[in-house]
Amino acid sequence: MAIEFTLNGKPVSVDVPSDALLLWVLREDFRLTGTKYGCGRGQCGSCTVHIDGQARFSCRSPMSAIEGKSVTTIEGLSPDGSHPLQKAWISGQVPQCGYCQSGQIMRAAALLQENSSPTHEEIVTHMDPVLCRCGTYNRILRAIESVIEQG
Amino acid sequence: MNRKETRALTAGLPLNRREFLKTTGAGLTFAVVLGPAAFSAAKPSYQESSIGAWVTIDTDGGILILNPAAEMGQGSMTALPVILAEEMDADWNDVRIENSPIEPELYGNASFRMIMLTVGSFTVSGYFDQLRMAGAQIRRVLMDSVAREWNVPRAELHSEPSAIVHSSSNRRITYGEIAAFAESPSELPDISESDLKDPESFRLIGRSVPRRDIPAKTNGTATYAMDIHVPGMVYGMIQRSPVHDGRPASYNKAEIQSLPGVLTTVELDYGIGIVAETIHDVLKARNVLKIDWARGAQADGFNSRDSQAEYAEIPGSGRVEPRSVTHTGDVPRAMRRAAKTYSADYLSDHVYHAQMEPLNSVVSVTDSGVEVWAGSQAPYNVRTSVARVLDVPLENVVMHQCYLGGGFGRRSVSDYVVEAAHLSKAVKKPVKLIWTRPDDLQYGQFRPMNLQRMEAGVDANGTLTAWFHCIVGDGGGLLTSGARIPFYGIPNQNIELCSMSHGVRLKHWRAVGHGFNKYAIEAFLDEIAQDQGIDPLEMRRNLLKDSPRALKVVEAVAEMADWGQKPTNGRAFGMAFAERSHSLAAAVCEISVDSDGQIHVHRFWCTVDGGIIVQPENASAQIEGAIVLGLSSTLLESITLSDGSVDQSNFHDYKLIRMSQVPEINVSFISSKERPSGIGEPGVPVVGGAVANAFLALTKKPLRHMPFTPERVLEVLG
Ligand code: FES
Ligand code: FES
Repeated sequence: MAIEFTLNGKPVSVDVPSDALLLWVLREDFRLTGTKYGCGRGQCGSCTVHIDGQARFSCRSPMSAIEGKSVTTIEGLSPDGSHPLQKAWISGQVPQCGYCQSGQIMRAAALLQENSSPTHEEIVTHMDPVLCRCGTYNRILRAIESVIEQG
Repeated sequence: MNRKETRALTAGLPLNRREFLKTTGAGLTFAVVLGPAAFSAAKPSYQESSIGAWVTIDTDGGILILNPAAEMGQGSMTALPVILAEEMDADWNDVRIENSPIEPELYGNASFRMIMLTVGSFTVSGYFDQLRMAGAQIRRVLMDSVAREWNVPRAELHSEPSAIVHSSSNRRITYGEIAAFAESPSELPDISESDLKDPESFRLIGRSVPRRDIPAKTNGTATYAMDIHVPGMVYGMIQRSPVHDGRPASYNKAEIQSLPGVLTTVELDYGIGIVAETIHDVLKARNVLKIDWARGAQADGFNSRDSQAEYAEIPGSGRVEPRSVTHTGDVPRAMRRAAKTYSADYLSDHVYHAQMEPLNSVVSVTDSGVEVWAGSQAPYNVRTSVARVLDVPLENVVMHQCYLGGGFGRRSVSDYVVEAAHLSKAVKKPVKLIWTRPDDLQYGQFRPMNLQRMEAGVDANGTLTAWFHCIVGDGGGLLTSGARIPFYGIPNQNIELCSMSHGVRLKHWRAVGHGFNKYAIEAFLDEIAQDQGIDPLEMRRNLLKDSPRALKVVEAVAEMADWGQKPTNGRAFGMAFAERSHSLAAAVCEISVDSDGQIHVHRFWCTVDGGIIVQPENASAQIEGAIVLGLSSTLLESITLSDGSVDQSNFHDYKLIRMSQVPEINVSFISSKERPSGIGEPGVPVVGGAVANAFLALTKKPLRHMPFTPERVLEVLG
C-alpha cells in the first residue's frame, strides 16, 4: 500500500505494509540510516525523529499513522549539519560511540523549537527518554545549555 | 586526476603491494611503508588491501594515516594518528585518517603480541612506542631525502609542521614537495629512543585535538554496520535458544517458509535463522516462528538467585578446591595474632553490556570470496572465524571495519558475524543480520555474578596485617581480574578463587572483574576503617605509604573534592582507589538516600594517573563515561536467570542510568612523563566502592550486594 507523507521537507510515497514501522522504513527503504534502532519499544530514544515537529520514537510509529504527516530526521535537521545543536555537539566533543546521538540531537532540537530557554530541570526531564550507554549525558546537557546561552 | 608514476619508499614492502602502490594512481603519491623491521618480510595475506602502509604523503601535501584500532567511542581513531603525526612532525590540518586493512602482521599492537584487538584499554598505551617510532622513521627518511637533494648535512636540517627547513640557507620545503622526488632507502633508518621528541616539545600529544569521528556522529553520516546497504542485500534474524547450548528440536518450518518474502530458514546448532526479502518481512516471520527446544543443556534448571545464595557456603567447605590468585606471608598465623579480625561477604549480579547498537553484521558469501561489514573489537578474529566456518582460504575473507555503536567487551567475539555468514551462504546473497534488543540482551554474554568472602586482621594500632579474599562464581579469569591489591602494603595476603560452572555465557565487560572486586575490597576497607575509628583517607594513606604514585592520586582526589569538608545535611562522602590497565584512579562521591531507598549521587570526583595523556579532553570524556557506566551497574543493573533463561528482555526491565540520575562529574589527571596507560576502563572500578562507602558514612550500614537497588537499600536500612 502506498503511503504518502513529507520527509525532510519533500513529499514522498512508499509502498510498504501499513503496520511497517517508520524506523525501518526510514532506515531500509529510504536509506536514511542516521535514525537508529536501539530497543524497538520506546525505551532508548535512539530512533527519535520529529513528526509534525514533535519528538517521537520512530520505532513506535506504524506507517498507517504517518500518512500525511511531516517527518524530519537527523539528515533533514539542517542541510549541512550546521544546526546550532550540531555545532555545539562538535565544540563540546559530545559523542563517543555516537550511536545514540541522532536521537539526542533530535530530541533536544524539538525542545528548543518549543521553548528557547528551558530550565536545567526542563532539559533533563525532556532528555531523560534518550539513553546513552557511553555516558555522555553531562556533555549533552552542557551543549544544550550553551546553545540556549547563545540564544 | 593527474596520473603519474607513484614513487614509493618501499622498505620491506611485499612485491605485490609495491606494484599496487604503483598502479593505484590516485594522483602522485609517496608511500612510506613502515613498521617494526621484524615485520618487513611479512607475507601479503590480504589481496584487497588499499594501502599497505601506515602513512601516505601525497604531492599536494595531504597525509593519510591509517588507524589500526576499532573506533567504538573511545577516540583512539584520532589518538593513534596524533601520536604518529607528532613524531613525524605532520601538520595536523594535512592529516586524513582511514581504517587500516585487517592485517595484524603489519598493523597489530606491538605490545600486545601484534594482534588487532581493541580491548582492555590497551590501544593508545600499546601502540604508543610503535607509532612514535614509525613517525620518527618517516621524518628521518624525509630529512635524509632533503639532505641529499640539497647536498647539506642532515644535522643542519630541522622539521617544522609538514616541512623541512635549512635555516642557514633560508630554504624550506614541504612534505608534499619532498614526496615528488624522495628516494626509497634500502633499509629503514635506525631510530633510537633519544631521537624521539622530548615530551616537553610535543605539539599534538597532550593538546586535545578534536576527534575526527565526531562531526559525522552529529549529522547521521557515521556508518555503523547496521547502516550498510549492498546491492541485492536481504535480511536475516535468528531465534536463539533461551538456554545456553540448548538445541532446537523442531519448529514450524513449513509455515515460516510460506510467509511473504521469506527466502529460507536456516537451522543452526543453537537456533533457527530466517532470511527474507525485506526487514518488514523478516520481522513479521520472526513473530510467527515457534521453536520447541530440546532439554539437556547444562544450564537447564539453572536459577541464578539460588546459586548465588549458595555461594556463601563454598569458601572453606571443601566442596570446591580453591585456586590461588596470589599468596604472600602467612595469613592464618597473622589472623591468629591479630588484635581484631573482620569478615564480610559481598555479592554482585550478572551485568549486561547493553551497547546501544545491537549486534549485527552484513556478510556476502559468493563463489569468489566473502565480504564482511561489521563493527568488531577483534576484526582479525572475524576473518579467521568466517574463513574457518565457511572453509575458505583466509585471504578470501575481506573485512570492512565499521564504527562500533559501543563495544564494552561484547564485540570481541565474532558470533554475530559467523551467523550472518551461515545465512548468506544459504541464500547466496548478501545478508544483513540484525539482533533485536531482546536478542542482544537474552543472548548476551554477561559479566559474571559472584560472591566475595573478605576477611582481614588488624593489629592493636588498627594496621591491616592479614588479608583473605575468596571469590566464588563461574568465569575463571573474568572473576579474578582486579582481585590483587598490589599497591596496598598488607604483609600477609591470600587471594583465591573458588570456580564453579553453570553453563551460561560470560564475557569481559568494561574493566572486567575490577568492577566487582574493587567494590568489595574498597567497601571492606571502609567497614574496617569505620570500626577502627580511622578516616578512610587516613586508612589509604597508611596502606599506600610505600606506593608514592598511588598515594599521589588519592591525595589529589581528596584535595579536589575537599575531603574532610562537613557534608550538608543528609549527604555524605565516600572514597575509593583502584588500579586498572596500569593506570591508577581514585574517586570521591557525594550521595544522599531518599525515603524510597533510592541513592542519589550528587557529585563525583575522579583523579587518574594514566601516564602521558595523549588526548586530555577525550581522556576526560572516557573517565566521565566510565563513571556513568559504573554508576549504572552499581545502582541499577542486574541480569537474573530462571530455569537457564534470562529473565529480562529490554530496557524496561534492565534499566540503564539516564540523564536525571547522573551527578556532576569532575575529572583530573596527574601530570606525568611516564608512557601512557589505559584510559577507557580505569573510571569504572572506583565507582562501586565510592558509592558504598558514602552510604556507609551516611547510614553506618554497609551495602554488600551490588547493584544497590532501592529494595536492597531499604532492606539494609531495616
Ligand atoms: S529504538 Fe525506539 S525507543 Fe529505542
Ligand atoms: S555516544 Fe555511545 S551510546 Fe551515546
